[in-house]
Amino acid sequence: MTRTRLRARQGVALAASAAAIALVFAGCSSDDNGGGGGGTGTSTGGGGGDDCSVYKQYGDLKGKTVTIYAGIITPEDQPYIDSFKPFEQCTGVKVNYTADKNFEQQILVQAKAGNAPDIAIVPQPGLLAQLVGTGKVVKPPQAVSDNVDKFFGADWKKYGTVDGTFYAAPSGASVKSLVWYSPVAFKDAGYEVPKTLDELKTLSDKMVADGNKPWCAGINSGEATGWPLTDWIEDFVLRLDGGDVFDKWVSGDVKFTDPQIVQAFDAVGAYLKNPDYVNAGIGDVKSIATTTFQEAGLGIDPTAGGTCWMHRQASFYAANFPKGTKIAPDGDVYAFYLPGKTESDHPVLGAGEFVTAFSDRPEVQALQTFWSTDTWANLKAKASSSDTGGGWISGNKGLDEANLVNPIDKLSVEILKDPNTVFRFDASDQMPAAVGSGAFWKQGTSWITGQSTQDTVTKIQAAWPKS
Amino acid sequence: MDVAPKLLDMVWAILIFGAVIVGILGLAALYEKRGGRRAGWWFLGPSLVLLAIGLVYPALRTLWNSFRDAGGGKFIGIDNYTTIFTNSDELVVLRNTVLWTLVTPFVATAIGLLYAILVDRAKGEAVAKAVIFLPMAISLVGASIIWKFMYDFRDPSGGTAKHPIQQIGLINQVIVWLGGKPYNFLLNSPWNTFFLIVVMIWIQAGFAMTILSASIKAIPADIVEAARLDGVGGFEMFRYVTFPSIRPAVVVVLTTIAIACLKVFDIVRTMTGGNFDTDVIANTFYSQTFSANNQGLGAALAVVLFILVIPIIVYNVRQLRASEGR
Repeated sequence: MTRTRLRARQGVALAASAAAIALVFAGCSSDDNGGGGGGTGTSTGGGGGDDCSVYKQYGDLKGKTVTIYAGIITPEDQPYIDSFKPFEQCTGVKVNYTADKNFEQQILVQAKAGNAPDIAIVPQPGLLAQLVGTGKVVKPPQAVSDNVDKFFGADWKKYGTVDGTFYAAPSGASVKSLVWYSPVAFKDAGYEVPKTLDELKTLSDKMVADGNKPWCAGINSGEATGWPLTDWIEDFVLRLDGGDVFDKWVSGDVKFTDPQIVQAFDAVGAYLKNPDYVNAGIGDVKSIATTTFQEAGLGIDPTAGGTCWMHRQASFYAANFPKGTKIAPDGDVYAFYLPGKTESDHPVLGAGEFVTAFSDRPEVQALQTFWSTDTWANLKAKASSSDTGGGWISGNKGLDEANLVNPIDKLSVEILKDPNTVFRFDASDQMPAAVGSGAFWKQGTSWITGQSTQDTVTKIQAAWPKS
Repeated sequence: MDVAPKLLDMVWAILIFGAVIVGILGLAALYEKRGGRRAGWWFLGPSLVLLAIGLVYPALRTLWNSFRDAGGGKFIGIDNYTTIFTNSDELVVLRNTVLWTLVTPFVATAIGLLYAILVDRAKGEAVAKAVIFLPMAISLVGASIIWKFMYDFRDPSGGTAKHPIQQIGLINQVIVWLGGKPYNFLLNSPWNTFFLIVVMIWIQAGFAMTILSASIKAIPADIVEAARLDGVGGFEMFRYVTFPSIRPAVVVVLTTIAIACLKVFDIVRTMTGGNFDTDVIANTFYSQTFSANNQGLGAALAVVLFILVIPIIVYNVRQLRASEGR
């Protein structure tokens, strides 16, 4: 009796487990249908119409795949994808580009967990240093280093170097020391583009005397709220204290509480915390904190009301104006170089991205090498021009200006190439993350909403990692 | 990766999974003749292993990290905890979390309860319930974006005679229509935290209403009838009959919402990014760990959050046991 009962039970148990397996099967197979759709487009291989001779050096890499992960999303991702097409066609490598907005947090998690992509496009030297700290970043082949020596300035190579070892070649670049304005409106009002910081101040005062509010600003950017303000401060540190103090400030040798930095805060405060100057077309001083950086400067455009006269923001801001806006030296909207102390001073604050590899497979190194050439830079510039109407430049000296259609891009390249230019990479991007993407943003935002300069610099300095 | 090897991997995974299950069930059946208790262990075992890997180990690791510096390297004692309880910004974070946890559960439950009683057996009950339950179906991020538009503020002083400022936010436009001055809801501390809490209440009131309404309906009709015959009025009915009957459900709702509020992250991150003194523990933990690369402090915040949740869970479980025991 007991035996048979036991048998019966065993049967039930087995049936149950079979049912469980069937369920799992059903769940997985439907899942796979959803995910499988993305992986259908395999490389067609073979040479297209383009000349493949430049790609010979990379060898035959047919059937290999390189994954790229970045924070550059639609629509700016398309030119990247397009710029690799000739490389894919000639070498047979398939390049898989994925991007999301959380890149800066995710890439660290991925690197630590050991499932990093082959290549990441890292927008900050500080983050690059953190990634190198995880021990997962792979040094590029000698060819990349040689290309960077050939096509980039020594300062750019330095930003891709951690503790004396070169890790990542620069890719794109942007110029941050720009002030957006309307040439048409300036002409009508009889205003001149200022050539020194004093002239900028005089111009602002003149606008106030004419009954205008000169400046508009917005530093809201979700969890990254505050970063546009750090750019202001950095531009003024660079102008008032010079490149050496700037470098020491980045490395932590000059503290935030140092009078030279406090002076830069106060100089920015004379603009952004001055109720006569801001916030044109938007509100009072505090409205800077709640206005998104994308919206802040739109009032420059006379066709959108022309409520604002000047807006300090990087070259990439061009993309925020509606399609059809005439961005040109004589158009509705353009930008002038945020002047230095004197006319001969030419400090420029900028930023860029770095191609960081987590694998040394031959196809990854081939793509890395290709990426560091002038061929790629020009392909990318062409792709950006046709896909997004420009908005992309590089510090690559081989970049042909004829491939840039956007006047702002041309202006940026001119500024970068100017022999008097003292270029410095965005300070907050280089500082330790606790400050550069933490306290500097956050306390800067509090500073705009009323916190005193002294409290602000003390709190930022307190966040600087000890040791 | 191509589809074929992926599929093959999957088939293997399923076969192995199946084999493990068959093995466990087989062994369990084998042991069963020697006593059911031991068979239980065969079923518990895999869960315990998974719990150890997925829960216990990370918890211990977090505790360990919370005594270490930003990079997770050097041992620095209780410095991270000192920071949390002395740094003025971190104190604001703690204050906000306390506000969230105290205000939201009671207000949301009160609204849900009141609503459940009002619509109980009323005409159009289903529609009325659906309306307040709908926000539950919206993700927290979605709800936050909706409310961001509701609160949107344009400073009138930014306009000119030619281009007066138009309010985009519904609430501020209504204020303007009523002749008031627009208000920047998300900027002024500490009131901005309350305006964020409103979003959570908007979502959770529906949850409270559903659970409470179900338990009101479960009150035996004879009790209600008996009370009626004794001449009990509306308020007394609630005080002496309805509320005592649904007390366990109220406790469950309160504690569930309280735990959700302790962990609140999405609303704060989406609406203010933790700026303007609205930060809460879960959001600070995330930005310290992942953005600011301050993993020691991040881990310490996670531990504090964990410790704060424990009493609520303990209370919840005890209440459940007590109600089951009856």
